[in-house]
Amino acid sequence: MMILSGDPPRSRVLSILLVVIILALAATPFLFPGAKAMNVAAQICIFAALVASYDLLLGYTGSVSFAHTMFYGIGSYAIAIALYSMGPVWAAVATGIAVGLPLAALLALAIGLFSLRVAAIFFAMVTLAVASAFQVLASQLSWLTGGEDGRSFQLPELLRPGTVLISKSLIGFELNGRVLTYYLVLIAAATMILCLLRVVNSPFGRVLQAIRENRFRAEALGFRTVFHLTYANCIAALVAAGAGMLNALWLRYAGPDTSLSFTIMLDILLMVVIGGMGTIYGAIIGASIFILAQNYLQALMGAASKAAADAGLPLLPGLLHPDRWLLWLGLLFIASVYFFPTGVVGRLRGAGSAKH
Amino acid sequence: MTDLAASDPLPKPKRDVAPVLLPVALALVMIPFVGSTSSWVTLTIASLAMGMMIFIMASGLTLVFGLMDVLNFGHGAFIAVGAYIATLILLPLAGSLQADSLWLNLAVLAPAALLAMAASGVLGLVVERVLVLPVYGQHLKQILMTTGGLIVAEQMLYALWGPQIIPLPLPASLRGSVIIGDIAIAKYRLLAMLVGLVVYVAIELTLNRTKIGLLIRAGVENREMVEALGYRIRRLFLGVFMTGSALAGLGGVMWALYREQVHASMGGDLTVLIFIVIIIGGLGSISGCFIGALLVAMVANYGGFLVPKLALVSNILLMVAILMWRPRGLYAVTSR
Repeated sequence: MMILSGDPPRSRVLSILLVVIILALAATPFLFPGAKAMNVAAQICIFAALVASYDLLLGYTGSVSFAHTMFYGIGSYAIAIALYSMGPVWAAVATGIAVGLPLAALLALAIGLFSLRVAAIFFAMVTLAVASAFQVLASQLSWLTGGEDGRSFQLPELLRPGTVLISKSLIGFELNGRVLTYYLVLIAAATMILCLLRVVNSPFGRVLQAIRENRFRAEALGFRTVFHLTYANCIAALVAAGAGMLNALWLRYAGPDTSLSFTIMLDILLMVVIGGMGTIYGAIIGASIFILAQNYLQALMGAASKAAADAGLPLLPGLLHPDRWLLWLGLLFIASVYFFPTGVVGRLRGAGSAKH
Repeated sequence: MTDLAASDPLPKPKRDVAPVLLPVALALVMIPFVGSTSSWVTLTIASLAMGMMIFIMASGLTLVFGLMDVLNFGHGAFIAVGAYIATLILLPLAGSLQADSLWLNLAVLAPAALLAMAASGVLGLVVERVLVLPVYGQHLKQILMTTGGLIVAEQMLYALWGPQIIPLPLPASLRGSVIIGDIAIAKYRLLAMLVGLVVYVAIELTLNRTKIGLLIRAGVENREMVEALGYRIRRLFLGVFMTGSALAGLGGVMWALYREQVHASMGGDLTVLIFIVIIIGGLGSISGCFIGALLVAMVANYGGFLVPKLALVSNILLMVAILMWRPRGLYAVTSR
């Protein structure tokens, strides 16, 4: 209970689901050896942390930010640029963290003070504007960021796939640098999610929920809402940057498509909504469902598109083409906002409490 | 407080002219920086034309927000749809567009623009009924729903027209420039300015000289009072939403011709610009939106000419500067 900050899943099905996901993630390198499975698992970890940090904003304060990928990107690029320019040493990783995190926090502070002060409704629009400017900036400053190509880099010796720590003959399983990196990602992501759980269950988190429910009343009770909202914005930005760093370490690359694009922003929104806003646990469920679907359903779409084309149906092949994945995502997004505003977690909790 | 006799005329509302002077001042200040008069005139005309086009696209959004507190993140979809629908007429009739006769060109352009407006308007009707109506009064869900709507619309355009950029050459008679002395003014910019001015004047006249306009303005200031007086503000709102969408479609056609290409992502790209404009202008204010559009266009053009590197962030800087001066935009009309 302590580690969950006194906020258990509060639903038997949900608890089982979470335990299964976490066990599967922890055992992935043993159970499913192979690059693809481990990639998917690492992506789930990274996105679970990223989405949880977004949930702090969307679910707990009720403010929509479109700049979350910007912080994610700052984290990614900080690590990538540091390792690219300083070479594959641990000092470079430390530099990336030491530069990236304060930068993300400062930017979040500036945006928060600027746009949350005026009116909450501005926040969504201002973050959208700032994020798009940042995206352009990142692709234009190619001497620093590598432009559209991004930056590929080498990891420190210990984390490289070629580094064999325990050979296969010893325990029947090869513990190499790649597996080590995977566990680094998993543990860091889990720590960040537990920290967020701590934040939302603290008195500070309660104030955030009060602001979400009725900002005017929270202000009347004497809480400085701008301070609280800005603070939440900074925490979310820090965790997002952290997730971005994990992403860069895992991919050994940072570029506009993997860390800054608006598509990722949309993915995050969808994961939060599917999982359940304002629950933190929803982030883990949402990220797992979404990433699995993205990796394994797209192939299915391709097959369906082909079948429709062979059957000579009009329009359907175009609609089912794997590139149109976003179309169905958008429809799913609208449908889930409309029909399941509480997401999977909210549904499961609701079903659990209805039985009592 | 001063005493008023019954026969005294009502005190006139104070005119707030500082925002109006802002674009004028900005243009004048730029003269010495730009240097030559001819490039200054060209840049100013370019900003005016671009500003008018942005205004046409943004006007509907600001009214929709002002009137019903609805923030439509999918407004860009109407722009892109308008442009794509116009290509349905413009591309098959490319032959008569390339004929060097202004009237023949306009005879093709006008129905294309009207069709685009009609299509965007109908789409506006659908979006209002399907996406906006169920989530009335809930900002969070409105933003999520309309963002989803933008994505779906954009992807549908990709699915129907393909992902490639569609080139859309300007009609022959609108290509090139009018030369006065050593000043060259692109013909299409003149047309864009003309259309923009007509739209602006039409909106201002409707808002200030007609009963419907009176109701809209009253609704922006206090929706409940208008409802209490027995007007069906929902229907009024639907009308404004559809008109705003149709104008966005018109703006989309004009923008596509200006850039001479059509692409599905244009809606999403322009959304950012439009948001900046309506924030600068003050949400709900048409005059503010007009001035905001001009300012954004001026900063883009002068900035692009003087310091090209700065052009990327110049809009954001402009927005920050304006909001420092007036935290709720140039004209704060709503109480929200």
